Amino acid sequence: MDVIRKAFQEDFTIYRVAELKPLLLDAVTEGERIELDLSGVEHMDSAGCQLLMLAKREASAAGKTLAIVAHSPAVQSLIEFYNLAAWFGDPLVVPAR
Amino acid sequence: MDELKQVFVQESGEQLDALEALLLELENRPDDETTLNGIFRAAHTIKGAAGMVEAAAVEAFAHVVENVLDRLRNHEIEVTTELAALMLACTDQLRVLVAAEAGSADKDEAQIAADSARLLERLNHYGPAGQHGGGSPRVVEPDVQRIPSPQAGHNCWHLSVRFGPDVLRQGMDPENFLRFLETVGNIRHLETLADSMPAADVMDPELCYLGFEIALESAADKQTIEDVFAFVRDECRLAILPPNSKVGDYLELIESLPEDSLRLGEILVRVGALTADELAEGLRTQAGPAAGEAAQEAKQIGEILVAQQVVQPELVAAAVAKQTQVSEKKAHDAKLIRVPADKLDHLINLVGELVIAGAATSLLSHSRRDGELIESASLLTRLVEEIRDASLQLRTVQIGETFNRFQRLVRDACKDLGKDVELLISGGETELDKSIVEKIGDPLMHLVRNSLDHGIEAPAVREAAGKNPRGSLSLNAYHDAGNIVIEVADDGAGLNRDRILAKAIERGLVDPEAHLSDREVYDLIFAPGLSTAEQVTNLSGRGVGMDVVRRNLQALRGTINVDSQPGKGTRLTLRLPLTLAIIDGFLVVSANRSYVIPLDAVVECIERPVSEHDRNYFNLRGQVLPAVCLRDSFNLPGERPTRESVVVVQYAGQRAGIVVDRLAGELQAVIKPLGALFRHLQGIGGSTILGSGEVALILDISALIKISGQAEQRLLARPEQRSA
Repeated sequence: MDVIRKAFQEDFTIYRVAELKPLLLDAVTEGERIELDLSGVEHMDSAGCQLLMLAKREASAAGKTLAIVAHSPAVQSLIEFYNLAAWFGDPLVVPAR
Repeated sequence: MDELKQVFVQESGEQLDALEALLLELENRPDDETTLNGIFRAAHTIKGAAGMVEAAAVEAFAHVVENVLDRLRNHEIEVTTELAALMLACTDQLRVLVAAEAGSADKDEAQIAADSARLLERLNHYGPAGQHGGGSPRVVEPDVQRIPSPQAGHNCWHLSVRFGPDVLRQGMDPENFLRFLETVGNIRHLETLADSMPAADVMDPELCYLGFEIALESAADKQTIEDVFAFVRDECRLAILPPNSKVGDYLELIESLPEDSLRLGEILVRVGALTADELAEGLRTQAGPAAGEAAQEAKQIGEILVAQQVVQPELVAAAVAKQTQVSEKKAHDAKLIRVPADKLDHLINLVGELVIAGAATSLLSHSRRDGELIESASLLTRLVEEIRDASLQLRTVQIGETFNRFQRLVRDACKDLGKDVELLISGGETELDKSIVEKIGDPLMHLVRNSLDHGIEAPAVREAAGKNPRGSLSLNAYHDAGNIVIEVADDGAGLNRDRILAKAIERGLVDPEAHLSDREVYDLIFAPGLSTAEQVTNLSGRGVGMDVVRRNLQALRGTINVDSQPGKGTRLTLRLPLTLAIIDGFLVVSANRSYVIPLDAVVECIERPVSEHDRNYFNLRGQVLPAVCLRDSFNLPGERPTRESVVVVQYAGQRAGIVVDRLAGELQAVIKPLGALFRHLQGIGGSTILGSGEVALILDISALIKISGQAEQRLLARPEQRSA
């Protein structure tokens, strides 16, 4: 099974989503299992979150698996706030505080 | 009691004070919009705060009060005396309810509940106790059966928001609005919907396709919640359902939204707005034909909805932390800090020690004759003085608040006594130490009651005496020579000299043969067990009180004086020290012992030639003043120096000279109270420690003047001693 792992350093914000969309969707078409490393994502807003949802939806629709394997605090915070953690279905690492 | 509740009790106390003051103002100016709005706001704040700490009894009661106030504000009902009285009673009841919440009520629960019910009954006369206008969160409709809440198990607002496509481009992130929503209430459950997001190729990542279903636990009203979304109001579809809405309303909501209704229904169940039974029932009756599809779609829902996960409390905490920049309330809070009084006391103690240590350093620098050291020590001394003043300032409060509390007392007492009295307040901005303000409240209240009860006559009596039927009672405060002076004056009948004297003789307080001056007679009202009132009322007249007032004042190093003119009125003058901790003093020496005279009392210093040594008076530019010799008063040993000095002091309008050996300059004196053993020592107010480590006694000027006056009077009474 093709596993594609992609790490993102860019901000998942409204300013970058237009560039990110093709990158993400390409990743979805390339592999069977797509692993996203978002630990370097410093900022994420609703537009970025929405884009992730799109990618996840597209992957599921094509019978593939999209998993976020590493969350930055910003990503984790927003996903938790939107109560989407279960929807994405990825294990979240609770940081020690 | 947890911290939140403590804050609630304290804050609602303040709001209730404000409410009461405004209500009293409203009686005088019934049409004032600002006052009305202020009243409404105060009641609203109390209700909101009560909701936050789940003080249900307070919240429910405040809610009804608020409704009536709302009608008042909208000019649907008129301000009447009765209504104002009722509102004041309600304010009192709220106080009791808040106290009950804190566990400190002095009534039992049944009685409180009965009082509440009685007041609510009366409030109902002023319009529907239920919903009115935008001020009420509950939508009450008659003839509709509510789904019983235990089954629904839920009393949250339900919010449905679908953000418009352009909000992201306009720089408005839905996240910010939802985070802000958390300041209005507690988001119990949140579901994010992206069902309207089109297929990947046409999806524009810069458009917003998000929607949210939210269960919000909040005491705010609908308007407040709606206002959260004010900036995107035109760009989003917002539906708000109040807590405990009818199932039908939810179903209507489902219908109106673009998403698949079964999926939405499922989400509402998850959000907790509906139970599964209610939903099934509702959908079956409403959309019977669609039942076939339901089975097919159910699978899809099962995929999407995995586990029911509630928002974690830690997440809420994190969100609140992120919220700091947005919150307006924060900015307001930042202006004031609540500090426990004992921390301030500790600070003042430390400053006191600092003053003593600073004085020691300064002394040392002078004895070393080191110019640089002296300079740096004097800079230090100046800074210490500033710190002292600033830290004492921290504890000062204006007396106006204490005075304003009497508005209510006067109003109520007038109603009870059938009198008409106007309360005039002046000098409310005068500042004094908080610890003194707290202790002065009760004595002042007593004096005010006394004036109302005994001093000011009934309107008919006043009219017959040719006076304005409306009596006046004035409270005034000002600073005088390091003291604060508080005056309670009325224009009533004045004290009845003969009756006081007769009573005092009857009680054996005075010898029938004694000849007393007016002042001495008036002073008798402070004797225990003496009341001149012809009848005892529930306000005063039991003969306990004035002596307690005087004792309380003496405990604060204060004094009280009476001034009265028959038929014209009585004036009580209270003098209190500004602070209890540190004073500026003037150091004098007699027989090599140091004494401190409070600097504020010192007028000037003059020299006294040896020829006047034996006199107990002296001549100050043609004015004859009594002289108090410290050597004589305290029986100090040793020879008198050839040249003595006189410190002219002024206290309560009286001047006198204090004869000392020599003057030693100014200093800051940190007052150390004398032990219980010395409590009865007259003429000494306390002690302090000098920079050298030596103890100096602080002179009590008022007592010294009094002692010398008494000694003089004894001499006058027995002239043979004088010649002897």
